[in-house]
Amino acid sequence: MIIKQIKKVQIPGLLLSLGIFVFVSMAVGTLLTHSSDLDISVVWSDPYYQHITKFSLYQAFLSTLLSVLLAIPISHALSRRSFWGKSFLLKLLATTLVLPVLVAVFGLLAIYGNSGLIANLFAYFEMKLPFSIFGLNGILLAHVFFNLPFACRLFLQGLSSIPEQQHQLASHLGLKHWNKFRFVEWPYIAGQIPHTAGLIFMLCFTSFATVMALGGGPKSTTIELAIYQAIKFDFDLQAGALLALWQICLCAILAILIQKVARPALLTTNFQGIDNTFPHDTLLSKCWDLFWIAMITLLVVPPLAMVVFSGINHKLWMVFNDLGFWMAFKNSIVIAAFAGMIAVIFAFFILLASRQWRLVGLNNRADKVEMLATIILVTPGLVISTGLFLLLREFSSLSSLSLYIVIAVNALMALPFTLKSLAVPMLQNAQKYELLCNSLGIFSLHRIYWVEWKSLKRPILQAMSLSFVLSIGDLSAIALFGSHSFSTLPLYLFQLLGSYQLESAAVVSLVLLLLSVGTFMVIESLFKETQPHIKRAKHD
Amino acid sequence: MIDFSQVQYHYHQQNFTFDLQVEEGSIVAILGPSGAGKSTLLNLLTGFITPSKGDIKIHGKSVLNRAPHQRPLSILFQNNNLFSHLSAFDNIGLGLHPGLKLNEKHKRRLQTAALQVGVEDLLDRLPSQLSGGEQQRVALARCFVQHKPILLLDEPFSALDPVLRVSMLEHVKSLADSEGVTILMVTHHIGDARAVASDFIFVDQGKALAVDNIANLTTQHANKRLRYFLSAEENQ
Repeated sequence: MIIKQIKKVQIPGLLLSLGIFVFVSMAVGTLLTHSSDLDISVVWSDPYYQHITKFSLYQAFLSTLLSVLLAIPISHALSRRSFWGKSFLLKLLATTLVLPVLVAVFGLLAIYGNSGLIANLFAYFEMKLPFSIFGLNGILLAHVFFNLPFACRLFLQGLSSIPEQQHQLASHLGLKHWNKFRFVEWPYIAGQIPHTAGLIFMLCFTSFATVMALGGGPKSTTIELAIYQAIKFDFDLQAGALLALWQICLCAILAILIQKVARPALLTTNFQGIDNTFPHDTLLSKCWDLFWIAMITLLVVPPLAMVVFSGINHKLWMVFNDLGFWMAFKNSIVIAAFAGMIAVIFAFFILLASRQWRLVGLNNRADKVEMLATIILVTPGLVISTGLFLLLREFSSLSSLSLYIVIAVNALMALPFTLKSLAVPMLQNAQKYELLCNSLGIFSLHRIYWVEWKSLKRPILQAMSLSFVLSIGDLSAIALFGSHSFSTLPLYLFQLLGSYQLESAAVVSLVLLLLSVGTFMVIESLFKETQPHIKRAKHD
Repeated sequence: MIDFSQVQYHYHQQNFTFDLQVEEGSIVAILGPSGAGKSTLLNLLTGFITPSKGDIKIHGKSVLNRAPHQRPLSILFQNNNLFSHLSAFDNIGLGLHPGLKLNEKHKRRLQTAALQVGVEDLLDRLPSQLSGGEQQRVALARCFVQHKPILLLDEPFSALDPVLRVSMLEHVKSLADSEGVTILMVTHHIGDARAVASDFIFVDQGKALAVDNIANLTTQHANKRLRYFLSAEENQ
């Protein structure tokens, strides 16, 4: 045991995580006071509320089911085949989750929409499009577009953690196709299913921008969207507050249920895609795998390609000459940059506090500190925004504060991701260097600079780019606070889509795509050159 | 010069009691079966853990209230002695200033220490570009620039092959002799202890069962458990 009491390095992190909790509680508390005379049981009796609750759960359930079920054969096929462009395809799969929702929606509309590629094809044969992308169809399609690649990647990670020897053993024992899948591969996928499904369900249940863009009227509305409509359009603050509370209750129950069933399987392998032993290839299994790989390719590639191709059109100069576009552009950059930095700095200090306890085996305490900071997961961004909206309305003019509120909410929403991606490297650093630093007297700023920053530059910048990209695509915080004078690129894009200026929307989509995916690629390539360095350094 | 008086420590229902002295300038090998408390003894001295009772003095002054880096000792661990993202130069330099603000005098001292352990040409390399022996020599150079009167070795050379291990130990010994440094070394190898140490401490069951001159490290020793330990080790 080193020392059990709180150390000096832990104080900033503990204060921050407490501060976040108080901040969120205040927002929720404001909701409580606004809905005090309303009974939450109203939700049970009101048929409209019943309907949107059912619809929220129903669409999340279907989205999860489709994503997880389809991911099983797809990830299996991807794991045992190597083909031209595979690494590029895998990179594309990695981008869908950080892709700004509206960019993807635009891409999907360009393919499946009423005047999209498929509709044009049908029109050529003088037929009508047999389906509409608005409503449940579109919501499911978009959710699967985002989450199926994500599930595939997690399952692939599971599959690639199968030791080489097990593949060899399987072929030695003559386990083929179905039997090999059943006895060797399935257990590795199955281990990933509970938490993958849980995560996807939560993401879809609280999905906002997708439903806002593709949901068709009151028939297909989720609770998240109903909150927004109540406040923004009906000016019914009580109904908004009530629904927000209802949403928190449901999210908390879901989060607890998911935690109960899903123990996150720890995967240590680096996903590299090993060549596994696969001597029993047949034509049938070739076709089978080809079918699934073609399916994921056709799902992911065309919408993204449409964003790129349709983005360069004659409206380009018009958009670039619009002052509104540049204002939105500037706001987006400022919000994403600050939110990204805040999310990383907060995560850094909170982890400095929690890892100190992990070092001496007080994992429960460490978990609690990190949980306080990730409270946002059960209180969706829109709910926090609603609370802040109501709270600050009493103090000052909202428009002067909107920028700061949007930054704060975006930073909070990115925090769980930055915490997750920095937790392991920071703990490993402490395990390796804690005693050495103590013996050499390397503390506080010296330690942060020479030990943490110098060795964790890569994960820190990656976390920062992740939260930058998440914030730049976010619509839920800005939706409530945005106005004609204060807009971001996603909101600007939403307004263009809403007024059917599709060519201008295409340009803005492309800009957003370049900003988000571009940031990712720049950060990745920055570290490509130094990678051999780091790789070798890991050997000692 | 090092004085453990009735030092007690508890960990996971295991009790440790140490009561022993170490002379200035001696080279003491700490021997004993795994889990017996060899590292606990060192960690108490370094200050990574705090005793529940008793006092530890160095040069007649209690060190219990001092943080590890304020105690007059330098340490060589079994592994992770170097920051893998920093060059050998920076790694040694951190022994001079925790923020690497080095003046000319510091730099000269660093060069001298690097020369002493023979890594003067490797200073701009990263640890991953050094062999295991070179890495530990860089760490040793850092111990020398720290200029502390006591050097603790927690099996730093155990991963090296036997020939290299003994030559490293002899190197340490000759450097220590010229600087008048007191050395405490944990080791698994009785041969190493006999080759370089002047005294030994036998730790077993959470106690220092025998503290004696190295010449008496034989199977004829009065302590029964030490005799048993030695015969078991030598039969390997």
